[in-house]
Amino acid sequence: MNDYINLHDVNLFYGTNQALKDVKLQAAKHEITAFIGPSGCGKSTLLRCLNRMNDLIPNVKITGEISVAGESLYGANTDVESLRKNIGMVFQAPNPFMMSIYDNIAFGPRRFGVKSKAILDEIVEKSLRAAVLWDEVKDQLKKSGLSLSGGQQQRLCIARALSVEPDVLLMDEATASLDPISTMKIEELVQQLKKDYTIVMVTHNMQQAARVSDKTCFFLNGEVIESAPTKTLFNNPEDKRTEDYITGRFG
Amino acid sequence: MQQTNSTASKMSGRHWRLMFSDQVFKWFCLFSAIVLCVVLFSIVFFMGKTGVLTFEFVKVTEYFFSLNWNPGFDETATYGAGIFFIGTILLTLLTLIISVPISVGIAVFLAEIAPTRLKETVRPILDLLVGIPSVIYGFLGLTILVPFVAKVFGTQLGDGLLAAALVLSLMVLPTIGRISDDSIEAVPQKYREAAYAMGCTKLQTIFFVVLPAARRGIVSAIILGMTRALGETMAVVMVIGNVPQLAESLVQPTSVLTSNIVMQIMAVPFESTWNYALFFMGFSLLVVALLLIVFVRIINNRSEVQ
Repeated sequence: MNDYINLHDVNLFYGTNQALKDVKLQAAKHEITAFIGPSGCGKSTLLRCLNRMNDLIPNVKITGEISVAGESLYGANTDVESLRKNIGMVFQAPNPFMMSIYDNIAFGPRRFGVKSKAILDEIVEKSLRAAVLWDEVKDQLKKSGLSLSGGQQQRLCIARALSVEPDVLLMDEATASLDPISTMKIEELVQQLKKDYTIVMVTHNMQQAARVSDKTCFFLNGEVIESAPTKTLFNNPEDKRTEDYITGRFG
Repeated sequence: MQQTNSTASKMSGRHWRLMFSDQVFKWFCLFSAIVLCVVLFSIVFFMGKTGVLTFEFVKVTEYFFSLNWNPGFDETATYGAGIFFIGTILLTLLTLIISVPISVGIAVFLAEIAPTRLKETVRPILDLLVGIPSVIYGFLGLTILVPFVAKVFGTQLGDGLLAAALVLSLMVLPTIGRISDDSIEAVPQKYREAAYAMGCTKLQTIFFVVLPAARRGIVSAIILGMTRALGETMAVVMVIGNVPQLAESLVQPTSVLTSNIVMQIMAVPFESTWNYALFFMGFSLLVVALLLIVFVRIINNRSEVQ
């Protein structure tokens, strides 16, 4: 299953501006794949292709082939809603809804028709435990999600993404707005989640990619320059540009 | 040396001039603010003081709860203003029932669904509608709506609560619509993204994420629309029929607080119970409007805290 997520010749245009060029990429199941590269290199854009969040932006044109578990994401019969349910996403800034911690987690399952209080209770506890937040919030589930600290809010968002039982979790610089201790907690959490989910993360922070991921892809100007197991990429980069970037010569 | 001195004295002259104009401007602004407060206070005080004189001649319970409005200058006069209070409440409720769903619908359409070019056309139109003088709405109501209502209901006259509520709905629609539109537009994109990323449809995102997040703004919009409906006089006078009786149907001529005040105030001497009773109606409207505006302020402050 080394090509659980498979991208073939993906090109993306914002109007006439090409943001991704002939991207070829594979990501394995139950692994963490990290996208690194300087700002504006297209790594977030590519991540957003994986759950079709780019559909929300007008004038975006995508060509090429993207599939997850053998199913094409941009097929004629693709159900975008169930696709997004299957491929969860965590954003750069924590964005819990303006509702209680409980309702934040129960939101997704409720939209997909879960009504029973007992089942919802179970999902809320399971998701919060999976995001290692349960022990901190179990006595205050009725409190607003916004009353938590930034790191807790981000873990709440992870729990919310897990509540609809996705297979893949996309993380778009999920620790960029957090302090080092919260970042460390999220990194530990991501390592645990790998057992049950396939994770693709975008990060600004090369050390983070080195610490956490199994595979790293280096992006530059919309192209994948190099994509290799993390250790190989950081210790023996093949391309000169990769070496320049990871040794801090630019970016 | 001499030159240094003259520079210094120039500097200090300029300094004093600036200080002086600063102070003058400050006092002018303060004075303006105080004038405004005094005006507001005097209006409330004058209306209240004249209005409460009513109760030297009329029992409070009779004034508010009796439906017998039979004013005059002899012993048999009665001042049951209940019909007007009930009329105003009914008219306002009816207006809101008609206008709120439509205007919130317009707001959702503009903020969430409409393509940019349509948005840019409809928004200025709504803004212009707010500024149309109410007598124009009254004219249209009188010449188009009232005959239409009469035809639909098969009555001789179309004047009444329904015609008034329809005209008022049209008038408050842009107010409620635009303010709600702005508050929906102000909901941060990150909440929509979170909902879409979980697999919500557009409709689910609007109903379960965007509207709840914008609810304070929408409630403020509705209340501001309500104060407009409560206080509107001219357009209402032209279509409500102006008979001081309790409406038994939606198409029976009746009166509300504002329309009754304007129809009768010209005909009564200043020092009469009748006049005082009309003043107290005005005072009641004023108090309700002020309370509603205070309520809006409280809601908005609370949302800022969050």
